[in-house]
Amino acid sequence: MRRRSIIGTSLAVVTAMSLAACGGDDGGEGSKTVRVTLVNHVWTENIKKALPEFEKQSGLTVEVTQLGEDQLSDQYNVKLNAGSTDLDVMMYRPLQEGKLFGKNKYLADLSEKVKSDSAFEFGDFQAGPVQATTYEDKVVGLPIITEQEVLYYRKDLLTKSGFTAPPKTLDELKAQAAKIEADNPGVAGFVARTGKAAAVTQFSSFLFSFGGDFVDASGKATVSTEQAKQAYAYYGGLLRDHGPENISTDMSWSEAMAIFTQGKAAFYTEANSLYKNATDPTKSKVVDSVGFAAFPAGPAGSKPYNIPSWALGMNDSSENKDNAWKFIQWAAGKEQALAQQTAGVPGARTSVWANPASTATLPKDLAEANTVSTANGVGHDRPLVVKVAEAREIVGQPIVDAITGKDAASSADAANAAFQKFLDDEAK
Amino acid sequence: MSAVLTPRTDSPKAPAASVDTTSAWSRWANEHRKWLFAAPAMAFVAVLIIFPVAWTGYLSLTDAEGSVRAESEFIGFQNYLDVLTDTDRFWPAVWRTVLFTGVVLFFEVILGMAIALLLWRPFRGEKWVRVAILLPLVATPVAVGMMWRLIFDPNIGMANQLLGWIGIGPQPWLAGQHSALPTTMFIDIWQWTPMVVLILLAGLTSLSDEPQEAARIDGASSWQRFRHVTLPLLMPTVIVAILLRGIDALKTFDILYATKGRGGGSFHEVETLNVYAYGLSFDYNDYGVSSTVLIIFFLIIIGVMWALTYRKKGLGR
Repeated sequence: MRRRSIIGTSLAVVTAMSLAACGGDDGGEGSKTVRVTLVNHVWTENIKKALPEFEKQSGLTVEVTQLGEDQLSDQYNVKLNAGSTDLDVMMYRPLQEGKLFGKNKYLADLSEKVKSDSAFEFGDFQAGPVQATTYEDKVVGLPIITEQEVLYYRKDLLTKSGFTAPPKTLDELKAQAAKIEADNPGVAGFVARTGKAAAVTQFSSFLFSFGGDFVDASGKATVSTEQAKQAYAYYGGLLRDHGPENISTDMSWSEAMAIFTQGKAAFYTEANSLYKNATDPTKSKVVDSVGFAAFPAGPAGSKPYNIPSWALGMNDSSENKDNAWKFIQWAAGKEQALAQQTAGVPGARTSVWANPASTATLPKDLAEANTVSTANGVGHDRPLVVKVAEAREIVGQPIVDAITGKDAASSADAANAAFQKFLDDEAK
Repeated sequence: MSAVLTPRTDSPKAPAASVDTTSAWSRWANEHRKWLFAAPAMAFVAVLIIFPVAWTGYLSLTDAEGSVRAESEFIGFQNYLDVLTDTDRFWPAVWRTVLFTGVVLFFEVILGMAIALLLWRPFRGEKWVRVAILLPLVATPVAVGMMWRLIFDPNIGMANQLLGWIGIGPQPWLAGQHSALPTTMFIDIWQWTPMVVLILLAGLTSLSDEPQEAARIDGASSWQRFRHVTLPLLMPTVIVAILLRGIDALKTFDILYATKGRGGGSFHEVETLNVYAYGLSFDYNDYGVSSTVLIIFFLIIIGVMWALTYRKKGLGR
């Protein structure tokens, strides 16, 4: 009899343990806990500081998971593929993942919610960003951060080499970079992202300013047009001739920014949303000498990108949609948008841009550069396709080829053929 | 044992109804107890090993992309055909995997053997030296990758500064198209030689002294003693070290990813099969093709393991 009960007890324990693993407050329907996944960004730091106020007001508990950009992307890939319900609110990149997530029906349709809520003022969002967060006429996300490309430069080096103003055109940029490099051994004239995929977004402003684009209106690949070839040769050539010595072809913003903020480069083209890295004394050695200017004009004028870089969406498999909406409503609402923009994170709400207080804390030259970029900006900075990562690698190849001294024109031809094939495959 | 566990189903004292259910259940449990007790372990293996491998095998026969939950078509061995004829990414990745494994294994075994022989005989401060040599082993590979990435930075890194002091110009290291793979090999050798040392040292310590003494009396030089006495006796341990390190080196991912990022660099300089398969899944969302690469990779590893075990058995005879 004892043995029998031992067997019975062991089985009961095993069963109980497996059942216990399924229990607990799992954030299911109507749960007071909202699970939010956010990226490492100044925006996230700001929102975390404001969270207690929201929790008090709403009676909800917000569980924040904060990850780096790549890890965030991998996390979504795994969890959304598995149909996981433990993600409620997701911070995502509309231009990078928007189409993929939309196509896979990962994002909940928020159309009803945004339209029925008059205090939220959905009409206040800029049209471009809203277009990027809309999939097949459904609102699937709300833009929270916008960014434009600007020119970061070193005022002291310019003065030393006898220049009174930052370059207005790409030709001037090249000339000034060459002169400053010659006058200051050990300092590069220019630095920017060099990684094949990472560089594409920052290269896009050069491409647009030369009069090119990744795809034309009929959906054909256009990275081998004369304008595109010139842009590749210019960007790659500038880094090859006036970039840091032994230049790596793996640099993303953090590596390029490090070179600039360590005082090793005179000019740097990058997203304005990262400016705090250059003006924060704990991160930068060039706090006193950094200046900002609008993106220099090419043959087609100054055409930097002006894009919604991050948005908030809701996991379609979430079982806690009503409370998730409460968080989005607050975090993407007017009040938070103003607070964020005042703290240096540009948003997508027209009313906030119209409020002078929102840009009062920005360096004056950066605020001016932003105004110019917002006015002339192009609404994308990468090919707008489903498999963005793959497309970026294809159209980024001529960039690294140009940097390493290969023929940019023939590389652009090869990239165009590959990109066209990619577009055809995706259209199937 | 079996006598003790014989079911006793006919206890006259128990109420009739309960006897029936309990006894039926107990009888069944007792008859199948070898399965019952093995069940949790079997379920574990099935859920965590067999199911994922089988699922990957299934995915490799479909055109799954974008989302594994999306509809996909069964396309037979088309992915295998595509992958095996891909000379752009797949075969270079295979070559890099083989080259990386071969080179690091060669140096790790030679260096590991040399260090193990040095540490074999007791000496002053032995403990400290052992701890120092084992330090790289306990560091996490991603942290190691980040550390070497900073050291090897072509512009602000320490390596070029040191070279500058002895009059050698700056080297591109990880940034160079042709120097990146050798640099990652160096990092792997730096980190994993201690493991080989550890295994070989364990083998050396277990060897008996008599053959050594006999050889010494016969007038064998230290090289002859190593070549004809120590090495043959140590061979089974060397094979174990090669087996363990070899499989690990084939599957290296963390160091490569931490130093060169996605795709193994802009020119895929350090893209091994593992890095390639990761990119196919997480960057391209090409789950069908990615699974195909992984299944082929899995077969390669099994093949290598089988070959080495076979060799080990041969040597053991």
